[in-house]
Amino acid sequence: MSISLNLIADLQQIWQYQFMQHAIEAGTLTALFAGVTGYFVVLRRSAFTAHAFSEIGFAGAAWAVLSGISPLIGLLLGSNLGGLAIALLGRRAANRDTQIGIVLAFSLGLGLLFLSLYAGYATETYSILFGEILGVSYDQVIETFIAGAAILVGIGVIYRPLLFASLDEDVAEAKGMPMLALGIAFMIIVAVAVSFSVQVTGVLLVFSLMVTPGATAQYLSRRPSRAIAASVIIALVATWIGLFLAFYTPYPVSFFITGEVFGFYLLVRLVNSWLGRAKASPASILRPRIDRSG
Amino acid sequence: MHSGGAVVTEAQSNLITAENLSAGYSGRAIWSDVSFAFGKGEFVAIIGPNGAGKTTLFRLLLGLQHPMSGHLGIFGTTPSRGNPHIGYVPQRHTIDADTSVECLELVRLGFSGTHWGLNPMAHHDRDAAIAALEAADATDLAHRPLGALSGGELQRIFLAEALVSNPDVLLLDEPLSNLDIRRETELLHLVNNAVRTRGVTALLIAHNINPLLPHINKVMYVANGRIATGPPHEVLTSETLTQLYGVQVEVLKDPHGNVAIIGVEEHHGDAP
Repeated sequence: MSISLNLIADLQQIWQYQFMQHAIEAGTLTALFAGVTGYFVVLRRSAFTAHAFSEIGFAGAAWAVLSGISPLIGLLLGSNLGGLAIALLGRRAANRDTQIGIVLAFSLGLGLLFLSLYAGYATETYSILFGEILGVSYDQVIETFIAGAAILVGIGVIYRPLLFASLDEDVAEAKGMPMLALGIAFMIIVAVAVSFSVQVTGVLLVFSLMVTPGATAQYLSRRPSRAIAASVIIALVATWIGLFLAFYTPYPVSFFITGEVFGFYLLVRLVNSWLGRAKASPASILRPRIDRSG
Repeated sequence: MHSGGAVVTEAQSNLITAENLSAGYSGRAIWSDVSFAFGKGEFVAIIGPNGAGKTTLFRLLLGLQHPMSGHLGIFGTTPSRGNPHIGYVPQRHTIDADTSVECLELVRLGFSGTHWGLNPMAHHDRDAAIAALEAADATDLAHRPLGALSGGELQRIFLAEALVSNPDVLLLDEPLSNLDIRRETELLHLVNNAVRTRGVTALLIAHNINPLLPHINKVMYVANGRIATGPPHEVLTSETLTQLYGVQVEVLKDPHGNVAIIGVEEHHGDAP
């Protein structure tokens, strides 16, 4: 298989391979729900917490591999338990970097122990840590679809209260919002999203789909709905291009995805600071005016 | 409406009433045996040192905390959490400097943030948010990111967020702290405007009574486990405040109507 100058022909060639079909399907679904969830992860400053989930999930996955069950079950178990614990401790606890870091390090060590006890040590470790999107099966695509639908419906239901609580916790609480239940619901959504993103990016690179697109989107729009759309588009395009490049080169998909989102993040920050300086000039046409339309 | 002579419709017109009310945490009273009544459209200043229990009164009214004894009534019933008729601006309310979400969105959430599900078509809450921004003289801030606002601008947005649900009672916890005199005056005018035009009953916690004197109907002094409430000319006397603080206090008035309270520590700064 070699790349031609005809994009359509290239895509046709890629689509002939079933593993690429599954990779594109799983990648598209993951980018969709990771992009949406990631916006809230960044807005609530829970990036480090989300990362911790994936490492606790790693310990769970390693344990699952050792016990001969699907790593996904272990991932879900580990990350959900972590999420529940952090949600129960309250939002202030979610900001305790030190304690989270300590648990995170221990989880990685624990996962390493489990995997070293397992015969197929090297390949399993590699695929959990760095992702294995080119080995996704049809069943996994279906699983990802169900999880993605559940995540999107879940966020749709709590959308406004979650946004309110993320921006103004005290007033939301005084207005009678169930803060604990909301925190738990969000943490579980993130835990599920992280567990399924790991298939694509791996435990160590989960940030590339869960955090970087969401963080970039905050610079692109001040309206949450538009920023979420931007976050999804960044994650989608990065995943598609990543798969395309990985097909024609000997390099891993995860590298391309992380590289693209990082590059785009830098570009947006650069353009943003340049526009910020332009905006300071008196002849500003960039500042939006209030309008009563949509 | 001023208190004192109004006997006739007292029972209906009082939005907030307290009888022998005591409040505190874990069995220890912060203040006790307090009675007062505030009517519709009254502007009340709440003054007192840090830790005296000013915010506690707000927590009781919001239903976030229960009285230790006595009775507290609001809108004719006991307070309960999530009352949509109360607009609330918490103390030392800050927004992360990185927050890029526009102000309009926060005000809008003050209107519909408690609703579950999505509302892609709702223009109603957007219109309400724009009206609230106008009332808080903050239309120019609508599309600014929350994280980029100054202290005074942020307080105007919080006021809009509190006003957007058209409340009957406004609880403002130290909205004037960290504002310079000009911003302080501007914000007080806006609150006063809401009180007069919308008939809102506003309770405002502050450290300094003087900027509030031109606007308020009543003042509430919280100190020493006790509370003195009434029209400023009754409460701001050497006699009342001496009794409240339990030490000799002298109230001096200058020709402009400003008062100086001698004998107690002035509480402008924010301890710890």
